[in-house]
Formats: sequence, structure tokens, C-alpha cells
Amino acid sequence: MEILDFLSHGFIQKALLAGSFIAISCSTLGVFLVLRRLSLIGDGLAHVTFGGVAMGMLFGVLPLYAAIPVVMASSIAILKLVERARLFGDAAIGMVSSLGIAGGIVLASVAGGFNIDLFSYLFGNILAISESEVITSIGVSMGVILMVLLLFHELLSLTFDEESARASGIKTGRINTILVLLTALTVVLAMKVVGIMLISSLLIVPPVTALQIARSFRGTMAFASGISVLSVVAGVFLSVVLDLPTGATIVILNFILFIASLVYKRLRA
Amino acid sequence: MPVAVQAHELYFAYNSIQVLSNVTFTLNTGDYCGLVGPNGSGKTTLIRIILGFSGADAGSLTLFEETPLTFRRWNKIGYVPQRLAAFNPQFPATVKEIVALGLLSKHSFPRRPFKYEAESIERALKLMDIVGIANKLIGELSGGQQQRVFIARALVNEPDLLILDEPTAALDPEIREHFFGVLRNLNETSGTTILIVTHDIGSIGKYASTLLYLDKKVIFHGTFDEFCFSADMGEYFGPFSQHVICHRHD
Repeated sequence: MEILDFLSHGFIQKALLAGSFIAISCSTLGVFLVLRRLSLIGDGLAHVTFGGVAMGMLFGVLPLYAAIPVVMASSIAILKLVERARLFGDAAIGMVSSLGIAGGIVLASVAGGFNIDLFSYLFGNILAISESEVITSIGVSMGVILMVLLLFHELLSLTFDEESARASGIKTGRINTILVLLTALTVVLAMKVVGIMLISSLLIVPPVTALQIARSFRGTMAFASGISVLSVVAGVFLSVVLDLPTGATIVILNFILFIASLVYKRLRA
Repeated sequence: MPVAVQAHELYFAYNSIQVLSNVTFTLNTGDYCGLVGPNGSGKTTLIRIILGFSGADAGSLTLFEETPLTFRRWNKIGYVPQRLAAFNPQFPATVKEIVALGLLSKHSFPRRPFKYEAESIERALKLMDIVGIANKLIGELSGGQQQRVFIARALVNEPDLLILDEPTAALDPEIREHFFGVLRNLNETSGTTILIVTHDIGSIGKYASTLLYLDKKVIFHGTFDEFCFSADMGEYFGPFSQHVICHRHD
């Protein structure tokens, strides 16, 4: 009965709906990022999101919409720095993310500081998600999930062995570009769930947890999605009941599930 | 005889170091060619140019009479790259999932193996004798088993040309010889053209129809017997080394 009461609240329904879709898109993309040792691209792009949010606030545009083009452009910049300028991936991510943070600080300074809800973007507040943000989140997440499904085998081939993927006629450059663009979109969406500071946990922890227990690639994708949705649903519930910050609760639950997967793996062995 | 690969006066330099110089050779369909040579002799670079990963600085190359840059019939090519030992051992894919990836070159967007292609996967698994481990994770296998999986992936399409870049590096000598024999059987029964990079001239010589010895330029191209009885090769390697390579006891 209490659960039904809990679910009857509009803000809870919106949080669960948007959070679940974002969780699935984060975890499915995260599997490819983790296996390609690109996990930190999520962290780097999250920092850039701060710059995008600050820009949106300065110019009076909804921060979510302002951040999307900024983060997508930054993801392409990271890719080009690696491909064309031959920088190491982690160096390129570090450079672009620093620039994003620096840009955000400068914009905040120019605007005389943002005292409104910059804090909610840094640490997330999915309970305060608006209806239009829910619609955007679901629409974009479905687009991301659809693209991953359509490109599943190409992404798998590329992730396993890029040279053989090229020799199969797969346009690896194009697929890499799509992967980072989808990641950029997902990172911006995830900002609302767990906040800029904790976005990478949604991209990294569920896939890493799934890797401990899955027995196939499809299984890894399914487990990662399930774990991610479970952590969001349980995180929203617990944060409301215990009056805790939702984003941080989701991240801690993700970590507990990861520890449980390690124990399970050890027992199975 | 139709030509699988034709290289004419290829030149390639990397960071001002000449890697390939005036490389000219023809690989006819049905050939089983061992590409041999010392470390840094340009073998992998040549493979990369054949597959269109790099362009030559000068000269021309055709792959089934097309340039690699315009070549689209990738299902005719099976490729086993050199660096597969570097793949992530925690990669969560099963043997079957990995072998199925070889079928992607047959399809356009959205690329995915069809259900009826399960037979092709079964055949490739049987050919490499890995049916029993089809549902195991790739990271759980030994180096030799993994190599057989990668070769099964390259064979699943029944390619006209199979290119292997040092596929036997992780295998012990006995399995290596067996593997060269499996390739010869494939070459003889299916007519698959094979270009295999290896350091083991003595072993590949017994199985391949031709040897291409590369040391930035083509030093030798002919049969193993021609190699063993060539006065030029005797002079190039020294008679003792040639004798050792060829295991001659005359």
C-alpha cells in the first residue's frame, strides 16, 4: 500500500520514468566504453556539461538544451585530437574537460555567479525533473538505445578488434564518431539524474558489475541495463524514504551491487 | 590465372624511414604463400597496404583487380591480425559471438548475421575443431584455442583470400605445424588463396606453394625448393643458414 502511495506521486513517476530510460542508455553505451577503455570520456564530457549549463544559465536557455550542442562538439573535439593530432585518449579527455570547467567558471564569473540551481546540476535532482525534461529524456534515450541496437554488431566488432572490423568493411571512423556523439547526449541527460559530478558512475559501474556475472555479450548488456534500472528505482525510493540526496543514493546503490557481484563471482568460482 | 593481389613497385616510408622499396609481386588465386622476413622487414606494412589501412607512397596495388581504397567486396577477404593477443582477456563474448562477427562483411546496414547463417558458423567451428567450446567466453580459453577462434572468424565467410599476420606466434611448434596443414587442406579443397606472415620459414616451406621473402624489398619469390636450391639465397643467407632453414642433409 505504501509503495502504491509512493508511486502515485507525479514527481516520483516522472523521476522513475526518465531515470529508467536514462539508466538503460547509460549502461548500454557504458559496456562499449568500458571495454574500449574509454570509461573516462563520460567523466570528461560531464565536466564540459558544466560549461554548457553555465552558458545556458547566462543566456537564459534551458541548461539541458544549451549543454547538448556544447558537449556534442566537445566529444568530436576529443575524437579529432586523438585521431588527427595523435594525442593519447586520456590526455585529450583531460584537456577538453579542463577547458569545459574553465569555461563554466568564467561564464559564472561574468554573470556575477549563479546562485539558483547550479548546485542541482552538479549533484543532480531527478525528483525536480520537469515534464518537458522527461519527454526529452525519454525521446533521446530511446533514440540512443535504438542506435545501439541497430549498430550492435558493428560496435561489438569494433570493440573487440578494430583492425578486423575495418577489414570487414565497417566504417570504423564513422562508428567511433556515432559512439562519442551518443555518449555526449547520454551524459547531458544523466546530469539530471545523478549530477555532473557523478555521471561517470552511471556509465561505468553497471557495465563493470555486469562483466562480473554475465556469460555472453548480450548477457552483459542485459545485466548492465537491469542493474542500472534497479539502482535508479531503488535509489529514488530510498532517497525519498530516508530523505537522502537521490543522485548520491543511486551511485552508492550501484557500488553495493558491484560489491555483491564480486562476492557472487568469488562464490561461483 | 586470375590474380588475387598484384603489387607493382610499391614504396612506403614511415617517419622518413623507408619500410618498403620497389616491392613487386603477384599472388595468383589458389596460391598458398608464406610471407617471411626478419623483424621490421615490412611484412605487416605490406598487409596493411593490401587491406587499405595505409596507402603506399608510390606504386600500385590491386586486390581482385580493384584498388584497396575502392574495394567493397570485403566478404571475399578473411583477415587474422597480428595483435589479437593484446585483446582484453575479460571481454565478455562467447566463441560463437566472436565467430559470427566474421559474417558482418556480407551485410549492409543494419549489419547482423541472419539465422540461416548459423550453419556457416557451425562449419567454421568444426573446421577449427572448436565446437565443444562454442559457448565459452573467449577470455577463458588458452592462447592456442583463442587463435583458432580468430581463424574460424576469418573463415566463416568462406573467403576467397585469407590473410593471416603471424597467426601462429602463440602456438607451440606441434600445433603450428598442424595449423599450417589445416590451411593447406583448406587451400587444396576450397581453392582459398592464402597469404600468411610467419617467421618460421622451415615449417611454412613444407606446406605453402610459394615463399615471398621480404626485407624492405622482395628478396625472393618462388617455391620452397627453389628457395633451398637458389645460389642467390645461398649467397644472401650464407650456405649454412640456408641449409638450416631448409633442413637439407645433402
